[in-house]
Amino acid sequence: MNAPNQSGWKPAMIVSEDGMHSGPQTTTGNRALMLEEPLLFEIGRAEVTGVDLPPVDVNAPTRLAGLARSEPLGLVGLTEPETVRHYTRLSRQNYGIDLGFFPLGSCTMKHNPRLNEKIARLPGFADVHPLSPQNAVQGALEVISELGGWLCTLTGMPAVAMSPKAGAHGELCGILAIRAAHEARGDAREVVLVPESAHGTNPATAAFANYRVEDIPATPEGRVDVEALKARLGPDVAAVMITNPNTCGLFEKDFREIADAVHEAGGYVYCDGANFNAIVGKVRPGDLGVDAMHINLHKTFSTPHGGGGPGSGPVVLSEALAPFAPLPFVRKDDAGTFYLVEEENREERGPSFGRMTAFHGQMGMFTRALTYMLSHGADGLKQVAEDAVLNANYILRSMEDILHAPFAGSGPCMHEALFGDKDFTGGLSTLDVAKGLIDEGYHPMTVYFPLVVHGAMLVEPTETESKAAIDQFITAFRAVVERALAGDEGLKQAPYYAPRRRLDETAAARKPKLAFEG
Amino acid sequence: MRYLPLTDTDRTAMLAKIGAATVDDLFVDVPEIARLDGPIRDLPMHASEMAVERHMKKLAAKNLVAGEVPFFLGAGAYRHHVPASVDTIIQRGEFLTAYTPYQPEIAQGTLQMLFEFQTQVARLYGCAVANASLYDGSTACWEAVAMATRVTRRKRAVLSGALHPHYAEVVKTMAKFTGDEIADAQPAITAEPDLDGLMARIDEDTACVVVQYPDILGRISDLTPVAEAAHAKGALLVVVNTEPVALGSIKSPGEMGADIVVGEGQSLGVGLQFGGPYLGLFAVRDPKHVRQMPGRLCGETTDAEGKRGFVLTLSTREQHIRREKATSNICTNSGLCALAFTVHMTLLGERGLRELAAENHRLACLAADRLAKVPGVEVLNTAFFNEFTLMLGGKPAREIIRDMADRGVLGGVSLGRLYPGVAALEHALLVAVTETTTEDDIEVLARELEASIKESAQ
Repeated sequence: MNAPNQSGWKPAMIVSEDGMHSGPQTTTGNRALMLEEPLLFEIGRAEVTGVDLPPVDVNAPTRLAGLARSEPLGLVGLTEPETVRHYTRLSRQNYGIDLGFFPLGSCTMKHNPRLNEKIARLPGFADVHPLSPQNAVQGALEVISELGGWLCTLTGMPAVAMSPKAGAHGELCGILAIRAAHEARGDAREVVLVPESAHGTNPATAAFANYRVEDIPATPEGRVDVEALKARLGPDVAAVMITNPNTCGLFEKDFREIADAVHEAGGYVYCDGANFNAIVGKVRPGDLGVDAMHINLHKTFSTPHGGGGPGSGPVVLSEALAPFAPLPFVRKDDAGTFYLVEEENREERGPSFGRMTAFHGQMGMFTRALTYMLSHGADGLKQVAEDAVLNANYILRSMEDILHAPFAGSGPCMHEALFGDKDFTGGLSTLDVAKGLIDEGYHPMTVYFPLVVHGAMLVEPTETESKAAIDQFITAFRAVVERALAGDEGLKQAPYYAPRRRLDETAAARKPKLAFEG
Repeated sequence: MRYLPLTDTDRTAMLAKIGAATVDDLFVDVPEIARLDGPIRDLPMHASEMAVERHMKKLAAKNLVAGEVPFFLGAGAYRHHVPASVDTIIQRGEFLTAYTPYQPEIAQGTLQMLFEFQTQVARLYGCAVANASLYDGSTACWEAVAMATRVTRRKRAVLSGALHPHYAEVVKTMAKFTGDEIADAQPAITAEPDLDGLMARIDEDTACVVVQYPDILGRISDLTPVAEAAHAKGALLVVVNTEPVALGSIKSPGEMGADIVVGEGQSLGVGLQFGGPYLGLFAVRDPKHVRQMPGRLCGETTDAEGKRGFVLTLSTREQHIRREKATSNICTNSGLCALAFTVHMTLLGERGLRELAAENHRLACLAADRLAKVPGVEVLNTAFFNEFTLMLGGKPAREIIRDMADRGVLGGVSLGRLYPGVAALEHALLVAVTETTTEDDIEVLARELEASIKESAQ
């Protein structure tokens, strides 16, 4: 085993100065509870199954148009005990919120309440077909309607499109509604303005809808440059997309003024609602002049991230954009019966821009989010925002004496604190601090985003952490940062204690191996 | 409030450290006009776990549960038995509460699982490479069309008339905005799909032809000639599959020459869930197309000690690097649904999938024969896997479906709902049969269908 570092920092367990505590290599490559696990295709067998089914009767008549499979697919199976062990062992190589503090900025890794999981699994929600006759799914339609009502009330917006499958899909929904609204009045426009600090999905979404994307500069204090934005407005600008609170963790205090100017110039205001968790229950985006805003139910409303989805991205819409919302949507008739407006309801669908997905959206996420909202209520959600913002400011003020905080003088931060790597020495970078935090038992913060800060570190604690957990993180974060300031070479090799050392991403991309061969 | 660990003492101490008198001082940048003076009105206050559960259970009770009645719905969402271990694995906090694996050293569980998933999907589809999943089958279908336009630098897509109409609607909606030309068609109501008609629509400007297999009416046919016809004109063949279990019985799209294969993976592990979250599958037959694929890809590599490990790779295609030049604006995938799919597929294995497929087909044949005996009912298909179309002899299928639902039988999907305004399809009923269907269920459906048809004739 390589000596982990040549600096003054001493890892306690693996190597001591005399090399005595390094421990022997194990035969298996396991280290007690840190267990190696082969690939499924190395342990599975074609003839093994973990499901009991009737054996195939090769003589049974078929109606498969002569297309019956003759060649094997190349799949392998495991019995139930092997399957459970394989995936349980893999699970232990993952970090999750359940294991510890996960301050991934802008991603909002808050606790995922288990009641949500229980409710989503009620057969009345989980075992219902999307095309069941509507008289048989009144409860499901009511959930969509009730959740939509909460979203409208919390945002102060008149309408909501529920079908988008994730945040980026919601952005697309909003931008398509904006394009449809312009085209409906014969005013096709070409440009969408996006701040430099925006998430990559914003320009990608606008480009998808055939808009030319132009950057809006930021002020030195980390907010949109209002004057530059106003100067750019004109008859070719369809919309601005602004994240509020923004990706620097700040509230865009001139949002209303920007919105008024955009409206004055005939454009629409898209608000990226990825950070709504900072202001839920405190501020209604509708009061700020927003025309469309997606809400990540997996951020603000606690549905699980699941290792990268599924998400859910409903979009609240202003009166001007509501008629263009995508199909289907849920309505209630005078008798109190819920019904879906789909392609067949030609009159009611109005100028809807079309359909974004089969079926009705992420029902499994709707039931979880509604459960969360009911649990917190209006008072609890307000407290959620307050505690999230309090925790972030506490971290900001506990770190700014040793870590470059470019916008610390721009007022309080919202739900996340932004730092940069300006003062690190010895060639150490943000990446090294992130990997050092892994050894300390933390999931790192978001790194290298937003792009407007060199070596950005975006720390979002969320409201579901105790003061003790945050204090412990601050102690660890300060220790790692001090090593980076001191140019501790050992940090360049971190992590030492994770299931894997640093992985060679360049080799992975140069010669991609994307499936098991053999 | 049970999800909020801070106490008032903590809050006071933290405000002191920050140098703020009250928490509202942290919101000073919010303009006066937008500040609220208390909790938002018109919403209830916080509630106990018990009270919330009571409320949600009341809503759940207003739905007719598929598993509690004779059930025959499909049309892109299928009810299969999901082994109990699938749900216990996806509820492990290390999977459930993880994020996208951007820090691979502490995300090898998710990454190795995704590598296994990509391999399973590629093999199922007869392809070289699959991605780490997309939102669902319908959005994957659009992404396939968009990719074909990038690969061929052409802007016209030809859709088979027997493509799921929701999928066709999604493609047409997106194409309105990108300026691509979509040539769609109505399904021919014939025992076998009109592949000659489809092939005749492919021309030198065609980027791709999109065919569903099995198609929306449940029909299956050899797509090799369509692949050849497409390739002869320099176009790609996109095959859409909404029932992965079928591929345990019939040839894979890749074997028939499909260039891009996409589909819905919900059948395995995910469940019905009233339409979402589902699982978009996306694969390409030729590895040279990998760099034009949308969505996340997991690849194998080694760590600094030479141990095998996995990372997200080729991210220069994606929005967080390429911004407005990305192959797609997609950010998230459907990670936890991919895990459910992979665990279910692992439990099945090659043998289990073939047995499961055979059992589906056996029961579907049984149902087709029994339902064909109902007076006034005709089975349209000559060939099918686990879903087929019934022609109800001029009776409106939608009314019959509602009528049967009132009597506790979920008898199928009325094609009139999927194809509003197509008169011929108002009398067509799509019936899906899986391993969860019993022979008793089939008998009940036959009886109820007969009764409903008689009633509607009166």
